Amino acid sequence: MVSFTNRSIVSIRDMSQDDLTKVVDTTELVKRGELSGFLNGKTVATLFFEPSTRTRLSFESAVFKSGGSVFGIANPKASSQSKGESFADSIRTVSGYCDVMVIRHPVEGAARMASELSGTPVINAGDGANQHPTQTFLDLFTIKESIGRLDNLKIGMMGDLKYGRTVHSLTDALAMFNNELTFISPPSLQMPGHILKELDDADISYRIISDLEEAGECNLDILYVTRIQKERFGDPQEYAKVAGVYRITQNTINMLGKDVRVMHPLPRVDEIAEEVDSMPNAIYFTQAHNGIPTRQALLGLVTGGLN
Amino acid sequence: MTRAYKVYSIENGTVIDHIPTPLALKVVRILGLENEGIMTIGIGFNSEKHPCGKDILKIENRVLSYEETDKIALIAPDATINIIKNGEVVEKRQITLPSEVRDILSCPNPNCATNKLGARRHFQLENKDSVTYRCFYCERATVVNADMLVN
Repeated sequence: MVSFTNRSIVSIRDMSQDDLTKVVDTTELVKRGELSGFLNGKTVATLFFEPSTRTRLSFESAVFKSGGSVFGIANPKASSQSKGESFADSIRTVSGYCDVMVIRHPVEGAARMASELSGTPVINAGDGANQHPTQTFLDLFTIKESIGRLDNLKIGMMGDLKYGRTVHSLTDALAMFNNELTFISPPSLQMPGHILKELDDADISYRIISDLEEAGECNLDILYVTRIQKERFGDPQEYAKVAGVYRITQNTINMLGKDVRVMHPLPRVDEIAEEVDSMPNAIYFTQAHNGIPTRQALLGLVTGGLN
Repeated sequence: MTRAYKVYSIENGTVIDHIPTPLALKVVRILGLENEGIMTIGIGFNSEKHPCGKDILKIENRVLSYEETDKIALIAPDATINIIKNGEVVEKRQITLPSEVRDILSCPNPNCATNKLGARRHFQLENKDSVTYRCFYCERATVVNADMLVN
């Protein structure tokens, strides 16, 4: 049986299919209200070495809803780091103050390093461009909640697939469940070769397209949209052209099929038109709210309050 | 005709041949042998295998462990290892890429915890054919090259 007690959640790469299923199933029970008070008497430290208000508030809300207490830093300028204390010393010290540590850090690998130094489990809330596993867990839970399963689905990912950490981790996770993937992006922002190679090695079928209209033939169950960042383009005109093409409107939804669900890690800029928000296909706000039960479930599992 | 030895033979120790020129000194560094005993290094011999020449390294009175010789595969996968005892070759050793490498390779990602926060350098083998290793911290996979060796 899968056990998460005292285990750090650093990367989707550490997870097996059973691990992912366990977290998704536990999240379902938490969301239904069947599990509560499992963080009673537990203290959670949230160490945000770079600001991320949404993720931090979501973790803090998850702690309160499960009966735990939370303290932490939201701004590294206000911490001992600004006095020159090393990251390693900060982690060693704070690990004695809490039962679990949630860390966000701009340096890639910071959460892994913390998990080796800390006597208490560490949950990675984002380490630079590397991993943000709780986002992937909430994405998986949202797919399962919306469609009822995690396997044999047709899933499209659209936008900045080259630099988007969210879509890389989600691809790793979905590959464990035998899904058919479609990558829709401008040629300059395609899924990196090393991820495609992993899919080839795992015998996962995928296709790469740059024309959103072509996705209409894919009968997608899910379209996962990500933002294309302006700074990726040297020429503003080039950006404007791309941003206009990869935009979801009511017409796009009708073209993709009436059952397609649209997800987005938020915040969005204009890649999904507001007219889509009221359609039953739009599940991105539910997805954002699912961050709470997902983080509750993970905190409960690693502290042993849930098993 | 007597053969003129350019690199003298040794009675006991380890001979590493077929190192592509000019990597002999990097092999010494990988093995951490800079300050250890007598070593003979030959650089730039003619070689059919290596069009730019080969280097030879002879380490006297020291039999390298498998763990040590496997590290050589990181930059010289075609190198051959002979263990010499009393002037005779007693073992011709194959080298294979180590599954994990600590300390000797630096991560090329400047934003990696090993470069920014002092985490101990640590790579795991990702692909043998292309000699690709994945950094344990930032999780980036990189094809190993001699520039990654820690100075």
